[in-house]
Amino acid sequence: MKLITAIIKPFKMDDVREALSEIGLEGMTLTEVKGFGRQKGHTELYRGAEYLVDFLPKVKIELGVKDEMVERVIEAILQSAQTGKIGDGKIFVTNIENIIRIRTGETDNEAI
Amino acid sequence: MKLFKYSHSRLAANKILAVFILLLSSLAFPSFAGGEELNEANTAWILTSTALVLMMTLPGLALFYGGLVRRKNILSILMQCFSIAAISSILWFVVGYSLAFGEGNAWIGDFSKVLMVGITKETLVGDIPESLFALFQMTFAVITPALIIGAYAERMKFSAVLVFSGLWLLVVYSPVTHWVWGGGWLGQMGVYDFAGGIVVHITCGVAALVAAVVLGPRHGFPKTPMMPHNLTMTVTGAGLLWVGWFGFNGGSALAANGDAAMAMLVTHLSASAGALTWAAIEWKKFGKASVLGAVTGMVAGLGTITPASGFVGPGGALVIGISAGFICFYSTVFIKQKLKVDDSLDVFPVHGVGGILGTLLAGIFSSTELGAFSGYGYAEGIATMLEQVSVQLVGIGSVIIYTAIMSYLLFKIVSLMTKGLRVEREQEITGLDLIEHDESGYNL
Repeated sequence: MKLITAIIKPFKMDDVREALSEIGLEGMTLTEVKGFGRQKGHTELYRGAEYLVDFLPKVKIELGVKDEMVERVIEAILQSAQTGKIGDGKIFVTNIENIIRIRTGETDNEAI
Repeated sequence: MKLFKYSHSRLAANKILAVFILLLSSLAFPSFAGGEELNEANTAWILTSTALVLMMTLPGLALFYGGLVRRKNILSILMQCFSIAAISSILWFVVGYSLAFGEGNAWIGDFSKVLMVGITKETLVGDIPESLFALFQMTFAVITPALIIGAYAERMKFSAVLVFSGLWLLVVYSPVTHWVWGGGWLGQMGVYDFAGGIVVHITCGVAALVAAVVLGPRHGFPKTPMMPHNLTMTVTGAGLLWVGWFGFNGGSALAANGDAAMAMLVTHLSASAGALTWAAIEWKKFGKASVLGAVTGMVAGLGTITPASGFVGPGGALVIGISAGFICFYSTVFIKQKLKVDDSLDVFPVHGVGGILGTLLAGIFSSTELGAFSGYGYAEGIATMLEQVSVQLVGIGSVIIYTAIMSYLLFKIVSLMTKGLRVEREQEITGLDLIEHDESGYNL
């Protein structure tokens, strides 16, 4: 089981959600986050002065998936979230030790 | 206001009248003093204006300022506005009104109206009840110290805010009001300040600049951008200020007449011109017009027309509004970017500079000889523009000097009383809402 964490551009959220539904993903967690990478920040106006604001708004998606799904999920996110411009975000893949469904107590793959 | 337009003899007549009314009421007679009877239309309009001006502070200014600070300090701003409103109101009726509008001498009123003693339902000022006049004036006494909050926002101790604001009202606001509107020396010279360019905007602006210098900048200034946490709130507050200003300037005629209507019209035009000018400068300079820029230009236009509003015409008002947009914009940039003075919400460049500019321009655009830009004439006994402008400059200069010195001394005294004016650095980083009030503005 893997945890896939993807940071994407906020306006790509709907596309990514659709692409993941199409390959059969049934759940995900979404968080509005801020951060910066190579895209750096952006400028904001404040009464006659321009300020560089470091952190840009991004959306973070988290999904727990079975090992065999990992490649397809990554592919789906790449297809749907890519614009080719700087600031498209990143995908992180990490191992999951356990998953437990709270309602039933099912564990691991059953709980996904 | 209208009071300062009274000639000496008129003031004397009013005094005699007041004594007469007092005498009558003590004999339980209804007042029907010859000449000055209660005018119900005027009374109704000033009752309305009083509510409009109070709305400028609560919640207008509170929201306007509240949105501009960071989210950890939102409650501190709202609390300061509310507390200053309550303290100023009480101090005004205890002694402030008497110091401002008691007979006194050229420099200060007296204690004859302490706790409104001797003022009954029948007592009149002009042709409206004195209780109403005092209440209307109170709303100005409320907003002026509240405007200073913008300079020391996000770092001053709540205790220091309270003590400073109360003392400042009595030491700075009340005497200056007496000079200009209470029969004092500036009013006698013929200074033009219709609704508070000098009394409200110059005093609060100068005190703000002194506050920013004495307190020093917020932690992180000017490197860290300190962006507004909720501009929606700021625009809401700005809208309330704009509408409230109709009472501020329109009510300052102390009558429901052509003076009031013209004051309201020029106020509106200046606000519009100020907003558009500021936005246009930003558009040209940065490629975009910002919301905060537009509402700041609006406030600049309103503050600048304030001293001139009863004396100038619509043409003059447009010039005043456009000048306000330009000059206040560049003053803001100059104070913050060049001088690096952390007048946090730009009280001096917007209100102080606006008040100075408007007081000066009132001396010019009150002229009846400017064609489409003409106003309604100079003060009684003043014949030329040079003379009127000179009087305006004396008013501006003297009030700047007096306010700067007294505000500085007050900050020093208050600092001793409250063991420093600022919260600790760590507390400042945590935010005043939690540190000073044990509350958060936003809970999930």
